[in-house]
Amino acid sequence: MALINFNKTVLHNLVSKPKTRKAEKEYPVGTRGHVENDMDLCILCGLCSIKCPTHAITVDKNEKTWSIRPMSCIQCRCCVDNCPKKSLSMGLRFQEPGTEKVTKTFKQSEKAIAAQEALMKAAKERAAAAAAAKAAAANAGNTPAPAAPEKAPAAPAQATQDQNKE
Amino acid sequence: MSTRSVIPFGPQHPVLPEPIHLDLVMEDEKVVEAIPSIGFIHRGLEKLVDKKDFNEMVYVAERICGICSLGHGLGYSEAVEHIMDIDVPSRAKYLRTIWSELSRVHSHLLWLGLLADAFGFESLYMECWRLREEALDMFEASTGGRVIFSVMKVGGIRRDVSDEMLKDFYQRINKMEEQLNTIAKPFLNDMAVQTRLRGVGVLTAEQADALGCAGPFLRASGIARDIRSTGYCAYGDVDFEPIISTEGDSYARTECRIKEIFQAFDIIRQCIDKMPAGDIDVPVKGMPNGEYVMRIEQPRGEAIYYVKANGSKFIDRMRVRTPTFANLSGLVETLKGCDLADVPILVLTIDPCISCTER
Repeated sequence: MALINFNKTVLHNLVSKPKTRKAEKEYPVGTRGHVENDMDLCILCGLCSIKCPTHAITVDKNEKTWSIRPMSCIQCRCCVDNCPKKSLSMGLRFQEPGTEKVTKTFKQSEKAIAAQEALMKAAKERAAAAAAAKAAAANAGNTPAPAAPEKAPAAPAQATQDQNKE
Repeated sequence: MSTRSVIPFGPQHPVLPEPIHLDLVMEDEKVVEAIPSIGFIHRGLEKLVDKKDFNEMVYVAERICGICSLGHGLGYSEAVEHIMDIDVPSRAKYLRTIWSELSRVHSHLLWLGLLADAFGFESLYMECWRLREEALDMFEASTGGRVIFSVMKVGGIRRDVSDEMLKDFYQRINKMEEQLNTIAKPFLNDMAVQTRLRGVGVLTAEQADALGCAGPFLRASGIARDIRSTGYCAYGDVDFEPIISTEGDSYARTECRIKEIFQAFDIIRQCIDKMPAGDIDVPVKGMPNGEYVMRIEQPRGEAIYYVKANGSKFIDRMRVRTPTFANLSGLVETLKGCDLADVPILVLTIDPCISCTER
């Protein structure tokens, strides 16, 4: 009986596929490998650096840079979940090992800077227009201030305010 | 009367993945007394509550240990949720249960592999770890991590699992069960394996109870004490009986753990069948204030989480009592009177996790 079992196992192993896997790993969708930042979308709001439990991310508004210390990052996905612009994403490949604690710094792209400046300029213009309209309304007597110009810039102004606050 | 000698065992030893030191007082080939000493990998994680707020502390709790990481995150989150009176959505509870059982599967398979390696059955060891890889793959697909999962949070879980993936899990678990049937045979029936395990390190039910042992180590002595019966998470909704064995030797512990893997498969299938739809988390408002003791059943046994909060962002005190610490006294008792050659196997049969013990 033992011999029959033994032969069965041997024959099975001869015809079956290898049990080992290829060295090149196939990552399932959703693996938390490393953090990537699309600098065309990033507005440097700094929410990621606040939410990071290990303080691995630093955002410099004056230099317009976003930097991460990969050795401190624990791939918890907190920054990605909290990114308002969805510029952060999780790359599949695991972080590369290294011998030095490096800081990876990315500069905000020209496109993103231009877009943000345009946004801020538009918001400022609208705020100025709203202020002018309010002043005009006050000058014109006690007529109620028009609600529309005040409400319209609320959303973009909020966004720029957030950026200034961080 | 022969002279006594002391043989140091550990902190570095082939069967020990983690450092623990035992001073074995020998009389010829017999162990008369074993004096354990721990403290080689203390990291002071509990003290980090001063620096990390109660939400960030989940990540620290998960890093207490690499094998029971999900359970530590779960125990801590549940303790804080009880303090804050948060009612976790039932879908989150079911997913927590599935992941807890999956972590039991991978922990027990790891242990079976280590045991096979300890008694010199290398191909069996490889088979166990290959099967464990399936469990890790399921973790990676559903949580995004293989060892540290980062899915627990205070108030629920951080990632939902789609119904297609759950169906896929069902298939994968059935396949794993078939493979485990093949692997379990040599552990339970092979004569050479039985000579290494049968009657080695017997711990009676009275001793196990008096020494406060926990987990499969306790249940192998015939005491049906399983914290899952208290019904935390979704364990109240699933059918299961604590698995016990009466002999109390190393073979009984192996048998207990193998049966627990099959039981874990069964619980996962029940959870997938009953999986409710809905939210996976609730918003957390305010700060925790009060204290709570949470008990959960880790793969290695009962773990206790004590959390004391003072109404601020930072928790006052967090303390973990891990199953290995409870089992060390039982280990010392089983070592008395055994052969020197059996010491590695006996140290393994409590499934020591020293990182948990020392934190």
